[in-house]
Amino acid sequence: MSTTQQHEAGGAVHCTGTEEELEKRVRQLAASYKGKEGSLIQVLHMVQSVYGYLPLHIQQIVAEELELPLSTVSGVVSFYSFFATKPRGRHTIRVCMGTACYVRGGVSIVEALEKQLGIQAGGTTEDGVFTFEIARCIGSCGLAPAMTIDDTVYPEVKAADLPEILEPWYGN
Amino acid sequence: MSSMVDTRSPAIKSRDDLTALRDSVKSRRSTYKYTAYVCGGAGCVSSRCDEIVKALTKAVEDGGLDRDVRIVVTGCIGLCAQGPCMIVGSREAGDKGDVFYGFLTPEKVAVIAETHLKGGKIAEELCYQDPDTGRRLPYTKDIGFFSQQVKIALRNCGRIDFADIEDYIANDGYAALGKVLFDMGREKTVQELIDSGLRGRGGAGFPTGVKWQSGMNAPGSQKYIICNADEGDPGAFMDRSVLEGDPHSVIEALCIGGYVIGANRGFVYVRAEYPLAVDRLTAALEQARQRGLLGENILGADFSFDIEIRIGAGAFVCGEETALMNSVEGKRGEPRQKPPFPFQVGLWGAPSIINNVETLANVPAIINKGAEWFASYGVGKSRGTKVFALAGDIINTGIIEIPMGMTLRNIVFTMGGGMKDGKAFKAIQSGGPSGGCLTADHLDVSVDYESLAAMGAIMGSGGLIAMDEDTCLVDTARYFMEFVQDESCGHCVPCRNGTKRMLELLLKITSGRGALEDIDELSELAAVVNQTAMCQLGQTAPNPVLTTLRYFKDEYLSHVVDKKCPARICRALAVYAIDPGRCTGCTACARKCPVGAITGEVKKPHVIDTEKCIKCGVCKDTCKFDAVNC
Repeated sequence: MSTTQQHEAGGAVHCTGTEEELEKRVRQLAASYKGKEGSLIQVLHMVQSVYGYLPLHIQQIVAEELELPLSTVSGVVSFYSFFATKPRGRHTIRVCMGTACYVRGGVSIVEALEKQLGIQAGGTTEDGVFTFEIARCIGSCGLAPAMTIDDTVYPEVKAADLPEILEPWYGN
Repeated sequence: MSSMVDTRSPAIKSRDDLTALRDSVKSRRSTYKYTAYVCGGAGCVSSRCDEIVKALTKAVEDGGLDRDVRIVVTGCIGLCAQGPCMIVGSREAGDKGDVFYGFLTPEKVAVIAETHLKGGKIAEELCYQDPDTGRRLPYTKDIGFFSQQVKIALRNCGRIDFADIEDYIANDGYAALGKVLFDMGREKTVQELIDSGLRGRGGAGFPTGVKWQSGMNAPGSQKYIICNADEGDPGAFMDRSVLEGDPHSVIEALCIGGYVIGANRGFVYVRAEYPLAVDRLTAALEQARQRGLLGENILGADFSFDIEIRIGAGAFVCGEETALMNSVEGKRGEPRQKPPFPFQVGLWGAPSIINNVETLANVPAIINKGAEWFASYGVGKSRGTKVFALAGDIINTGIIEIPMGMTLRNIVFTMGGGMKDGKAFKAIQSGGPSGGCLTADHLDVSVDYESLAAMGAIMGSGGLIAMDEDTCLVDTARYFMEFVQDESCGHCVPCRNGTKRMLELLLKITSGRGALEDIDELSELAAVVNQTAMCQLGQTAPNPVLTTLRYFKDEYLSHVVDKKCPARICRALAVYAIDPGRCTGCTACARKCPVGAITGEVKKPHVIDTEKCIKCGVCKDTCKFDAVNC
């Protein structure tokens, strides 16, 4: 597993290509891990970074290539919060609601973002730019309240800073 | 951060090679007059320490200081609150003369380079300011946050280049592995750990040496050693700092553990929320392989070992050791019944030993310096040091390592610098969702496994969240219950349903619909869940409720009987009113109120109709004159 693939586990980076190309890449990726014990979660991370999310037909491909029952693959996908079964935005915003961030006003950041993006936490904006989630704790407690956009961490966020923080992400 | 692995770097084939390399790197390093350790911890990365490194590199080059100054991007220095930050060490002054600079900007760095690194005079106006006296304190030995620390697990964090294996080796890195392989052997190593009194730093506090002994004695040709880096407690970031700042200490300890128990494969299970830790650990593993410190016949001994990283996927329960093993196997992270314990039947059914990151980071230091030295720190059955993450409403947020037995007061007020914005201390939360909230009455209690447990809190993994007078402890209990309820894996009924019912009761109380019997029911349920849940997550889930009920009962009663939230946090219990003395009659709030509950004439004080008010708080947010109270 390369560093790049691992790195993408935290972000929402995914590849571009036709449906057919993407499915082929998913199939090749999964096939290369066939018979390697315990690799399902790592394969799903990589597949999600290729396809963007893990709908049922993609889970089916993974199941076929790893020779696992679909129920096993689906059981793992539904268990872990990092795996998405619905299309995600190009970028993932995660507002930390760990204890330190909660105590230091994380709620106000969530409320302000809900207002600004026009979606509730857990949703994706209509233009497909952002998926907005609540994070459990990103370990930036010393700089609470914190949020991330993909792998970029924003420390000591204030609601008033949000437009400026989001702005550069619309373009890419 | 920047140093690439030198492909010409020779493999280290023996203990002599290792010693020779250590000495040559040390002598190369000794020529510099100053070493500038720029913090590259995750906190400082988010505070843009890359710009500081760039500015410093340029200033050093422009000033012709290349031969005098060594710039090291290092792991977490600790004082996240003042990031980006750096420490300047000087050859002449040794460790005692370390100077700390915080809140850095590229402009300040230029001044420091000119005044300090070139001129030899400390740029005092840019040094740490004591929050009480306002005095500038240049030396770390005079700053409370640093001076009381004893760094064992964090010995290299903030002192070495995490990206350079040679820097680790220059600081006696992998020497402990050599000592174990050639001098001590398995039995003696285990005995040394038992004698040191080292206990699991992930929270449970099980003696590490005894655990390794069980692994060593367990029959089986295939065994595994696993590092639990699934640091999921909200408010905890100690393990993250170790992995990012000193990944080789964990790798070396896994090698030692692997040798002792007879495992040839190790795993590090890291949570997906820590991409930087994954990157740095991956790079460190590659370097160790390249140098032959992982692989076949390590240091020429009859010992082969390698380590794989497994990335989690966002499930708190995977920090529980049996759930973690399921997750390493690529399965749903549901806990397994114990016994059998992992040392008997673990990963893929083989005997497995699981240790936390901080626990492992202590191991090489204990081997190098001896059990007696380690045990000289600490109190009672809690020997050595503990790393804590200080966060919340405290001035000096960050990472500290202290000898066990220090008081909470010392941690909060001397090291933490006291509460922010001059607010009063109300509570401190220790141990995350499995821990408890302690009060001002507990500030003088010793911080060790036994004392904290006696108060109903736990040492936990080391997250300490200080809360000021504006915190509602009933709401805090609700926060934690929501967390565990959401993270409950659903495997056993007490945790799945019990935490749900407890959350419902807490929501009822915080929304003003609570009755006295709800408090009794909450206590009763807490006891049931604690006694009957299958794994640690469920068993400890009621702790935040139990401790707040024990120490902040008045606050529960205010919510239930008086229908008031003393800290004014629970919105449903708020009564909004306009202070006529402050209201200018600007009408802004009346125009924003979604239900038309605010009336009044222009330029005259307005009034809120409490019958109509839905307590949304828009008026309070809108008012520019701070005239809306709740």
